[in-house]
Amino acid sequence: MALAHGRVIPARTVGLTLLGLLPVAFLVVFFAWPVVAIVGRGFSAGGVDTVLGDPQTWRLAGFTLVSAAASTVVAVLAGLPVAYLLARVRLPGVGLARTIVLVPFVLPTVVVGLAFRAIWPDGGVLPLVLANAFFNVAVVSRTVAGLWAHLDPRATEAARALGASPWRAFRSVTLPALGPAIASAAAVVFLFCATSFGVVLILGGGDYRTLETEIYLRTVDLLDLSGASALSLIQFAAVVATLVIGAVARRKRENAVKLKSAKITARRPRGGEWWTVGAAVAVIGLLVTPIVALLVESVSTSDGWSLAGYRALNTTGENDSLQISGWLAAKNSLAAATDATLLAMAVGLVASVVLVALRRSPGRLARGMGETMDVALMLPLGVSAVTVGFGYLVTLDALPGDLRTSPLLVPFAQALVIIPLVVRMILPVLRAVDIRLRQAAATLGASPARVWREIDFPLVARSVVAAAGFGYVVALGEFGATSFLARPDAPTLPVAVATLISRPGQLNNQMAYAACALLMVVTVVAVALIDRFGSVRGRSTVGEF
Amino acid sequence: MALTVRDLTVHYGPFAAVRDARLDIADGEVLALLGPSGSGKSTLLRAITGLEPVSSGSVSWDGADLAEVPVHKREFGLVFQDGQLFPHRDVAANIAFGLRMHGVPRERHAARVEELLTLVGLAGYQRRRVTELSGGQAQRVALARALAPEPRLLLLDEPLSGLDAGLREQLAIDLAELLRRSKITALLVTHDQEEAFTLADRVAVLDAGEIRQEGAVRSVWNRPADDGVARFLGVTSFLDGEARDGVVRTGLGPVELSEVDDGPVRLGLRPHGLKVSADGIPGEVTAAVHRREHLRLVVRCGESTVDAVAPAGADYRAGDSVRLTPDPDGIAVVG
Repeated sequence: MALAHGRVIPARTVGLTLLGLLPVAFLVVFFAWPVVAIVGRGFSAGGVDTVLGDPQTWRLAGFTLVSAAASTVVAVLAGLPVAYLLARVRLPGVGLARTIVLVPFVLPTVVVGLAFRAIWPDGGVLPLVLANAFFNVAVVSRTVAGLWAHLDPRATEAARALGASPWRAFRSVTLPALGPAIASAAAVVFLFCATSFGVVLILGGGDYRTLETEIYLRTVDLLDLSGASALSLIQFAAVVATLVIGAVARRKRENAVKLKSAKITARRPRGGEWWTVGAAVAVIGLLVTPIVALLVESVSTSDGWSLAGYRALNTTGENDSLQISGWLAAKNSLAAATDATLLAMAVGLVASVVLVALRRSPGRLARGMGETMDVALMLPLGVSAVTVGFGYLVTLDALPGDLRTSPLLVPFAQALVIIPLVVRMILPVLRAVDIRLRQAAATLGASPARVWREIDFPLVARSVVAAAGFGYVVALGEFGATSFLARPDAPTLPVAVATLISRPGQLNNQMAYAACALLMVVTVVAVALIDRFGSVRGRSTVGEF
Repeated sequence: MALTVRDLTVHYGPFAAVRDARLDIADGEVLALLGPSGSGKSTLLRAITGLEPVSSGSVSWDGADLAEVPVHKREFGLVFQDGQLFPHRDVAANIAFGLRMHGVPRERHAARVEELLTLVGLAGYQRRRVTELSGGQAQRVALARALAPEPRLLLLDEPLSGLDAGLREQLAIDLAELLRRSKITALLVTHDQEEAFTLADRVAVLDAGEIRQEGAVRSVWNRPADDGVARFLGVTSFLDGEARDGVVRTGLGPVELSEVDDGPVRLGLRPHGLKVSADGIPGEVTAAVHRREHLRLVVRCGESTVDAVAPAGADYRAGDSVRLTPDPDGIAVVG
C-alpha cells in the first residue's frame, strides 16, 4: 500500500465522505437517537444509580453473561465437527448438510422457543442454553468452514511427517490457524445469545430472566424507565467489548495463513476422521429434531392427524384471539420483510462500498474511519430490540410524517436488524476483489466509477442477491422489535404465533404450529436457493462472520 | 521522444523505492527495465502507469506532462505478471473490454478480437472461459486485451515470470516478433537478462531504486558501468589489466579485446570467459558442477579464485590440475 506522499484527489475523498454519510445518517436517526433518548429519559427520571448499586441487577447481568457464555461454548463445540464436515469432507449429502445447518439460524425465535417447549414443557436453564446454542451452530460451523476450506492442508501434512499424531497435528497446527475464525464466530454468537429475546421469554418463564427480557419487562410492564436505562447501559458496554474482540479477531484472520482453493482440500474421510464425521452427523440430527417435532406437532391433534391448524389460518383463531386472519398476518410479514430488505440493501450496499473504498485508500485516517464504521454497523445486533423499539416511540414523532403510526415503522426496525448481516455478507467478497483486476480495468480506460460497475459489482452480484435473500428470511422471522412495534391490528406472522400460544384453546395451538411450519418452509426454500445460486465460485458466505 | 521520465522519485513512507529516475523511450522502441527483485523496477513501471503516487519528478508523453492525467486516460496498456483476466467474462469480452471503454462501436469488436487472437496465436478462443486457460494462454489473452485499444505505450510487468521455462522461451520469441512487427512502443520490467535481451532494443539496469546504466542491449552487456551492474549481468570475477593495441595484459595472460582504449582497464569475467585448454595459466580445481551445456569449475590460480568452464563431456574433480585460457566472448569491460 502506498502511503500518502503524493497528491490526494480531494474530489474523490469528498464524494466518498458524502456517500458514507447515508448509512451513518440512517444509523444516527434510526438507531443512535432512539437509544440515546431512551437512556436519557431513564437518567433524567433518576434512580439509575440505585439500580446500578442493586446486587440483583448484577445477578441478572451475571446470569446473562454466564448463560450466553455457556451457549457459546456449546455452539462452538457442536459447530467444529460440522465445520470439518463442510470444509474438508467430500461425501454425498454435504451440500444438503450445508443448507440444513443454516435453517435454525433464520428460524423465528418464537418457532424455536415453541419447538424446545415441546420437548421441555416447563422450560428452565438447560433448554434455554441449548436453544440459544441451537440458533448459532450455523454461525460457528459456516464461519470456521469458510476459513478451513481454504487452509493449505500441507502444513498439517508437514506436522504429520515430523511425527505428530493426527490429534496433535490438529491441536498444534490446524486449531491455531482456525483460531481467528473461531474467535470471530464466538464473539458474534456470544452477542446473539446475550441479547436473545424471544427464546428467553418463552423458555425462561418468570424464573430465568436476562438483561434483554428484564429491559422489556421494566419498560412495558413496570414502566420503570430508569431501571431499563441502567440495564441498557450495562448491556451496551458488554456488547461493545464483545464487538471489539470480534473485530480484532477478524483483522487477524485477514492477514492469516496461506490459503488455497477450496476444491483441493476436500476429500473422502479415512480412519479416525469418520468419528468426526459421525459427530457432525449427530449434531445435524439434533438440529433437525426440533424442526421435525414442530412439523409433526402442526398436523397432530388429540384426535389424530389433522390439517385443522392450517385450515384455521383462514380465521382469526379460537375466540378471535387475533384481530386479523393468519393469512393476512402472513401477508403483513411478506410486505414488511420486502420493505425492510429493500431498505437494508440500500443502506448495506452503500455502507459496504464506502467501507471498502476507505480501506483501499492510502490514508491512515481513512482506514481508521473504515474500521470504526465497521464496528458501529454491528452495534444494532447487540442493542436490545426493545430499547430501540421504545426509542422509536419517543423520538420519531419529531420527524415529518409521523413514522410511529406508519406501516413503515416495522420495516425500519427490521432493516436495522438485518443491515449488519447484509454488510457482513457483502463486505468480505467486495474486499476479496483483487486490486490488480481494478488496475487492469483502469489501464484499459475505465474511470473509477466505471471500475465499480464493470469489475466490483459483477463480481459481488451473487453475494448481493444472497444477502438480500438472507436478509429477507431474517426479517420474516424477526420477533423482538416487531413484537414491540407492530400494531395489534397488523401483526406479522411471528407476532401472531406468539399471541396464539399465549391464548387458551387447542385450535390456537394448532394454528400457531401451522404458522411456524409455514415460516419454516419459506425459510428452508429460501436458504436452499441462496446456497445454490448465491455462492461465489463455489463458496457461500451466508452466515459467515 | 515518446515517453520521458525525469527525476522521478517514489516513496513508500520514508523509504525511497525509486530515486531520481531518468528514462526516455522513442517511438516504436522497446526498453527493458532490468534489475534484481526489490530494485524498484515494478514501482517505476507502476508510477509511469499512474498507479503509484509520485513524490517528485515528472512523467511526460510527447512533451506533455502526465501528472494530472489519471490512469484511465493515459492510454497505456498494462500486462501483469499473472494476467489478471476478468474472471466474470469470457476471452472475447476480456479483449473487448478496452474497446468498450474507448467507445469503439460494438459491431467492430468481433473483427478486432479475432484479429488480436490470431496475433497472439489463439484463434478461435473467443468463447472460452478465462478460468479454463493455461498460464501461457492466459498471458497471451492478457497481451491481446492490453493491445486491443491500441495503447500508445505497452507496459509489461514481468510478463513471462509466472510460466514454465520452456513455455517462457517460446513466448518470449513470439512476443519479440510481435512487438517488432507491430512497431509497438513498450516498456518491459524483468529480472531475467535473457528475456530483456530477447525482447528489448535498449535496457536500463536498476539497483536499489536507482538506474545504474542505460543503453543498447549489446553495449550494456559488453561494457557494464560498474561492478554492481556487471555482477547482475553474470560477471563472477574481476581482473585488472593494461590495454595496448587491442590486447589486455592481465595476471591470467593476454586477452584480445578490440575497441578498448589503451591504458588501465578492469575486466569482468563471466564463467565462460575462462576455458580449460592444453596450455595457459595453471590452476587447481576446487569444485566442479555439471550443467546442461558445460562443466562449471571453480579454480584456484595462485592467489585468486576464478570461475571457468570445461566441455560438458569432461570429467574434472576437486584437486585436479587444469590450465585456463581467456575467451573474449565471456569477458566484459567494466567502467
